Amino acid sequence: MPQATLNAELAGHTAAAGDFSSAIRVRSLSHSYGARRALAGVDFDVSSGELFGILGPNGGGKSTTFRILATLLIPDGGNAWILGHDVVRERDAVRQLIGVAFQSPALDIKLSVRENLMHHGHLYGLSGSALRERMEDALVRTGLTERRAEMAESLSGGLRRRLELAKALLTHPAVLLLDEPTVGLDPRAREEFWRLVNELRQSQQMTVVATTHLLEEAAGCDRIAILDEGTLVGLGSPAELCHQIEGEVITLRGPGVARRLAEISAEFGLALQSEGESWRGVTLAGHDVAARLADRLGNDLESVSVARPTLADVFRQKTGHGFAEAGQDGQ
Amino acid sequence: MIGEKPAGSTATGSANLAGLRKATSRPWLATWSLLRREFVRFIRQRHRVFGALGQPVIFLLLLGGGLGGSFRNPMIAGRQGYFEYFFPGTLLLVLLFTAIFSTISVIEDRKEGFLQSVLISPTPAWAIVLGKTLGGTALALVQAVVILLAAPLVGIEFHPLAWLGAVGVMFVIALGMTALGHLIAWRMDSVQGYHAIMNVALLPMWLLSGAFFPAAGAAVWMRVVMFINPLTYGLSALRHLLYLREPAMSAGLPSLLVSVLVAVGATAATLAGAVFVTRAPVRGV
Repeated sequence: MPQATLNAELAGHTAAAGDFSSAIRVRSLSHSYGARRALAGVDFDVSSGELFGILGPNGGGKSTTFRILATLLIPDGGNAWILGHDVVRERDAVRQLIGVAFQSPALDIKLSVRENLMHHGHLYGLSGSALRERMEDALVRTGLTERRAEMAESLSGGLRRRLELAKALLTHPAVLLLDEPTVGLDPRAREEFWRLVNELRQSQQMTVVATTHLLEEAAGCDRIAILDEGTLVGLGSPAELCHQIEGEVITLRGPGVARRLAEISAEFGLALQSEGESWRGVTLAGHDVAARLADRLGNDLESVSVARPTLADVFRQKTGHGFAEAGQDGQ
Repeated sequence: MIGEKPAGSTATGSANLAGLRKATSRPWLATWSLLRREFVRFIRQRHRVFGALGQPVIFLLLLGGGLGGSFRNPMIAGRQGYFEYFFPGTLLLVLLFTAIFSTISVIEDRKEGFLQSVLISPTPAWAIVLGKTLGGTALALVQAVVILLAAPLVGIEFHPLAWLGAVGVMFVIALGMTALGHLIAWRMDSVQGYHAIMNVALLPMWLLSGAFFPAAGAAVWMRVVMFINPLTYGLSALRHLLYLREPAMSAGLPSLLVSVLVAVGATAATLAGAVFVTRAPVRGV
């Protein structure tokens, strides 16, 4: 992290102390489900106030990481600390500091929106006027004020997520953990959800950690950890990670490309990998190569495009396989 | 690196921040809240209310009345008919069934995901267990009291103090049964599996408690099971209290003191077990 950013973090969150410490620290974290290794020694830090994404295909290990951070699962090896507290040995202290929104909202569907918030507040020691104020605040922030009397079972998927978020915010957590928070939401609801999370993150000075399997979602995070098959394959800001790939990405489509891979490799030094119906490769002089390829391949080529590397390319480069193909065996 | 605390992780910066943000736990508030939730859920599910009030009456009339007409057990003392013998057993059955149905909510809560958010709250395990079990206990008690009010109709007349004592004993039994249900339901992920266990374990426990037939005259192995079955003592305490004026009616049973002590002890043990499984962290899956 650049020094300037770090100082800004300090000023924002730990001005009084003048000492910087990670909000979350994960070291050599490993876990197996029977014979299946879900996490094989993962290390990363999350700074205070950061929006940190854990990106990976299904089965990559992100849900296991989430469950360990949320104190729901005890890892086989390694450690994780939230604000200096060990998630296993100081489970109770950690629980007082975190807010958690689960992938499938943890709501009581037989209770109203208001009642769900009320019971949740009680579990965190809130009552009386303090609880009422917090409930009002959470309802307003999540736009659920009008729905307060509705039963949770009558809410749409998007509104249930918002209620789940309202619950997590009720306790004013220092660290908010979100597990695949936008699964099942349409693109508009997804965008709205992230706008809300970002607003809240700034107004409440929260550190937010979210798991996701969506590349575009990860691209909106301050920093991301990319997990594949239980190992950390990338860590940094989306821009940093994309810059790690030198050059540009050329994408070729066409009926004859497959036949001429060896020729393309020899002539242009371009190692192409298939992705669906197209072929992708990285080269330093994208536009020049693209023009020469178009001449050379003639009718064997249908289209050629040049683009800056995306997180999908980062993932492909680090793992040797495409993001979409990874984790097909499910979780 | 494993087991080693990273330098600076207890920096005052985060400690200050944490101090401001820390949620506190008020266990009794949490218990009360969870208990209240059980009641609200119960009342909102109309069929459950109907079943809860209809069931005890049906059991009493069909089982007591029907069996009473068919059997004459020479071991049952004096003027007491089977219907009357069966009455305390019906109370016990109602307590048991409500315990079964109320702790199914543990599995439902897990499936709906609600349980996860309760588990990771700062609420201690004992408060979660008390909230869930007292909710079921209160529901069971309300039903059993409805039946108890009908006692004079089957010829049992008893002192108001004995009545209070009986309610107290029923509370202890109900709490023990819901705690046992919680203990079993906690690790289960399907309602069907839970029903299966209940049928092979809990119903025999009821049958061999003296609710259906007295120990005297039963086969030796049955008498052994009845002797070690905690429900025998709960039921015995109930019989003692219902027939406080007619000691002959509870002849052959353990004394009231022993009965109450064993019942309370068994309830304390199941509660402790329920807290233990609830506190146990999840390893593996």
